[in-house]
Amino acid sequence: MIYLYAFLVGGAIAAVGQLLLDSTNLTPGHILVLFTVLGAVAGGLDLYEPLIRFAGAGALTPVSGFGASIARGALAEAKRMGILGLFTGVFEFTGMGIAVAAFFGAVVALIAKPKV
Amino acid sequence: MTGKAWCVVAAKKVGRSTIKFTNSPIIVGTGTIVGPVEGKGPLASDFDVVLPDHAYGERSPERSETKILEQAAKIAIERAKVEKKMVDYYIAGDLLNQIVSASYSARQLAIPYLGVYGACATSAVGLTLAGMIIDGGFADYVLVASSSHYQTAERQYRYPIEVNCQHKPTAQYTVTGAGAALLASSGSGPKVTGATIGTVIDLGLKDVNDMGSAMAPAAADTLLTHFSDTGHSTRDYDLILTGDLASVGSEMLKELVKDDGVELGDNYRDCGLMLFDTKSQKVGAGGSGCACSAVVTFGHVLKEMEKGVYKRVLLIATGALMSPLCCQQGESIPGVAHAVVIEA
Amino acid sequence: MVASQKAKKQVSRLPEMTQASQEGKRRKLAYKQLVNKKKPKPRYVRNFITAFVVGGAIAVVGQFVLNFFMSRGLDLNAATAPTLAVVILIGVIATGLGIYDELGEFAGAGAAVPITGFANTIVAAAMDFKHEGWVLGMASKMFIIAGPVIVYGIISGVVVAFIKFMISP
Repeated sequence: MIYLYAFLVGGAIAAVGQLLLDSTNLTPGHILVLFTVLGAVAGGLDLYEPLIRFAGAGALTPVSGFGASIARGALAEAKRMGILGLFTGVFEFTGMGIAVAAFFGAVVALIAKPKV
Repeated sequence: MTGKAWCVVAAKKVGRSTIKFTNSPIIVGTGTIVGPVEGKGPLASDFDVVLPDHAYGERSPERSETKILEQAAKIAIERAKVEKKMVDYYIAGDLLNQIVSASYSARQLAIPYLGVYGACATSAVGLTLAGMIIDGGFADYVLVASSSHYQTAERQYRYPIEVNCQHKPTAQYTVTGAGAALLASSGSGPKVTGATIGTVIDLGLKDVNDMGSAMAPAAADTLLTHFSDTGHSTRDYDLILTGDLASVGSEMLKELVKDDGVELGDNYRDCGLMLFDTKSQKVGAGGSGCACSAVVTFGHVLKEMEKGVYKRVLLIATGALMSPLCCQQGESIPGVAHAVVIEA
Repeated sequence: MVASQKAKKQVSRLPEMTQASQEGKRRKLAYKQLVNKKKPKPRYVRNFITAFVVGGAIAVVGQFVLNFFMSRGLDLNAATAPTLAVVILIGVIATGLGIYDELGEFAGAGAAVPITGFANTIVAAAMDFKHEGWVLGMASKMFIIAGPVIVYGIISGVVVAFIKFMISP
């Protein structure tokens, strides 16, 4: 069942992005930032977690999940060590992903050529 | 001295911004090179070289574009059966910052060089200036060339090639290629008999995915100015050719000039639509880039003129003069269009 | 003769119209309306469906990954980081193989919104700017599109978490 919910929620978030792309002047970059911020706002207010429990990767995979993970990490670390934890916590869940992107991105750039 | 003296002393100027040559320069040689996508289009057999890939053996797309431009220029000189050292000046331009393709090709060619920027209208800018230089007795041979390349344009104006990006239906496809023409004070071939120099027109459009609509007002202004200055109409030309308005921009142009009593009918075509089979090739609204008007005009249209299909052609090359930085600052997209009259 | 006389009248006004005159503003507005009316519209329904299907499919792939880590004994929180990392890695590889841009053309936001799209922009930029060298080219331009996501994610995450933390520590 969780696979169905993942599909539906992940698809719905992407589809909303598509509507914005088609009907407004927003660029993909703007939409990614918008979704990340919305996810971060929801995550920081503990409102994104129910969606993650319901739809699993359907909530985590879209970039809103990335934003929520930043906020959840900040909040979790702040609860553990106080206000400075906000700044150490942002990469608690997302650090691995960014490091992987940078590391393997460079490796791939080393071996692959862009195809027109 | 004061007052508004509307004193016209320039003998070869007609009306507001049109010039008529008395010693019309002759196009004695052309060279056109296109990339693989253009090589699958309907005009492929009219080009001198169709490249198998975008790299042309070079390790960066910028070097590739420089090589394409240089080779097209060399072909034009060869076809004219003229020696390189006889070419007086080289007028070239492209889309890149500092027009590097033109400048580096000039370094290789070692011909006295005037770099010009007209965005996608560069071919007409070159033809006009070359015409003035030859007609004015300042040279016997002037080489005109311009180039564009899909990858270099994407890198500078849009996104890296492998970025996931869904193109809007109004977006155009930058042509990979270069077109060169050698103009001479004597010889046989089609003649450049006049030109209308365009004014920059900006009707406030900001959508960088719709260049055609942004450039159409400039094309309309130049077309109407040309007709007004010369007293000509659409019936005086076998072919009226815009550079790269493509499907969207050409529709806008037809609407804009309709308000002024001009009907663009069967003798109106656009290079961006001629170069590709827009139904089967994924090129959005059509082709764009400096090479678009250059290769279609020098490669295809001049050949048709040799065959007697066209006797009098009006080329209106169109260019969008923005930069990505200006657009990010909220500026709109100014367009310019330059017209050149070519007669068999 | 009549047409070109008329053309002469209109033509002499067009450049002046681009200045901030009443007539200029009117012509600009009229042209914008013409463009909006006549330009080709996106295929809204088709795009919505493809974005939904591809965005959903990528989420399902992510779910497989999440389940894999949770089956290894990690709870949801602990599994989040490696799941995001693996999904990002999938995006990296797909970009290197040259297929992600085609997926993007097909599915639009269906490829852009999932975190794989974020990874794609990083790798695509790295691949493209390699020509300008490892330091000044590839490495400096790698985050050219993804950077804002990280910056604004951090800013909004910290601000909102701060607010929540102050309300209920």
